[in-house]
Amino acid sequence: MSVIAMDTAAVEKPPEARRGWPASRILGWSLMIFWGAVALGIVVYLFGVWNPALFDRYLPAYMSGLWVTLQLVLISIVIGAVLSVPIAYGRMSSNRWLGGFAYGYVYFFRGTPLLAQTFLIYYGLGSFRPQLEAVGLWSFFRDAWYCAIFAFSLNTAAYQAEILRGAIQSVSKGQWEASKALGLDRLKTLRLIVMPQAMLVALRPYGNEIILMIKGSAIVSIITVYDLMGETRRAFSRTFDFQTYIWAAIIYLLIVEVLRFVTERIEGRLTRHLVRR
Amino acid sequence: MDSALTLLSFGPDGWGDNIALGALITVSLALATLPFGLVAGFFVALAKQSGEPSLRLAGNIYTTIFRGLPELLTLFLVYYGGQIALQALMRSLGQETTIEINAFLAGMIALGVMFSAYASEVFLSAFRAIPRGQYEGGYAVGLTGFQTMRLVVLPQIIRIALPGLSNLWLNLLKDTALVSVIGLSDILRQTGIAARVTNQQFLFFGIACLVYLVLAIISSFGISAIERSVAQRGAPK
Repeated sequence: MSVIAMDTAAVEKPPEARRGWPASRILGWSLMIFWGAVALGIVVYLFGVWNPALFDRYLPAYMSGLWVTLQLVLISIVIGAVLSVPIAYGRMSSNRWLGGFAYGYVYFFRGTPLLAQTFLIYYGLGSFRPQLEAVGLWSFFRDAWYCAIFAFSLNTAAYQAEILRGAIQSVSKGQWEASKALGLDRLKTLRLIVMPQAMLVALRPYGNEIILMIKGSAIVSIITVYDLMGETRRAFSRTFDFQTYIWAAIIYLLIVEVLRFVTERIEGRLTRHLVRR
Repeated sequence: MDSALTLLSFGPDGWGDNIALGALITVSLALATLPFGLVAGFFVALAKQSGEPSLRLAGNIYTTIFRGLPELLTLFLVYYGGQIALQALMRSLGQETTIEINAFLAGMIALGVMFSAYASEVFLSAFRAIPRGQYEGGYAVGLTGFQTMRLVVLPQIIRIALPGLSNLWLNLLKDTALVSVIGLSDILRQTGIAARVTNQQFLFFGIACLVYLVLAIISSFGISAIERSVAQRGAPK
């Protein structure tokens, strides 16, 4: 007994902590010193170019730009979520025309750059000005802001439809069958049985999609919407002060990290019944 | 008004040759970025799965920064920041010159670091899918650490990481469109010029989208060919 017990103890002993300076530790520390130097360099640079007048002038602009970015992302995500439902339905339907249309829609919006789509809508629809004026939609498509929301909503609808489809299809067939056996109709099954399970799977992809939208929304500055990136470009073109870009980078990084943290917390909270203790 | 076919023809009246040239530049930018991004991503993944905490932390900082920054902002940081930094360097060496960074190079660096940040995550999950026994088996037959990595682990990693990497390639192809903003004559810039000159915006931006779609379709054919060949090589004989 004692021999076996001793052997197990020997096996289960945690590995010896590595001492001294192996190559990986030297490399790791030098890389950390490099990152430290970068961080220090940025702080020193920002101190060196500290300029209260610049802040007085551009801080409100940055704040309004940030608000524009958040509004754009929020509105597009919500409209996209609504649009994604019929598209996801089409992708899962056995009807050939419906399925083909949904597939084509998703393929187009996922296969082409968001920038090209935005140009196609903002500049391209200008080619149909007479027709759009005839139906009274011209004032909508003339405005860069509405065009951006339109393009982003269509784009994110394609991505969200794929997230939704993947999540629903990740729920096993047996769940549907069991629910049918209990006499629930399809809609009730979807609402009460499938969706609660699918949404757990979809949570992380949705979080990623919001982050991608926040990052992608920077391109609206090219079609003259003054979001955070647009305000940054305006400030840079007026002052030629590089710290304008550094501040924008810090703000974007903060938003993305906060969002990632929040998604992880929500996921941890919602899946706590799945964790084996 | 010229007909659409004349506008798209090759030669002096048409824009077909300009757009084809733009497509060539887009593809070569993406292809030039790919090896750099793959290698950097692999090494960052190696750092992130190492047993050394400081190395892991350094790798995670890299990913956090370059996955969190907007693509356009990264491009501007490289493009303008690189110019300013180089000019400051030259000034400290006693030379007053205006330096302009090549848009292609700036695009390559910016897209490369972003690609590698995402690729490192793909490689990392592939590393985690490989059981310890594979390494131990490699050591047991007398391979060195490097040989185990090259002959035993890497071939499996490639097979596991391929779907994720193909997605990243398609993203990279789309992200090249951003480099048109700093003046590289890629598809989007060429079609944009054509659209402005001919005043046929919808036609030309529609063509731009179609060219990107065609590139994506060609890529998926290429990717499935690679997947087939990798799967064959990995199959037990």
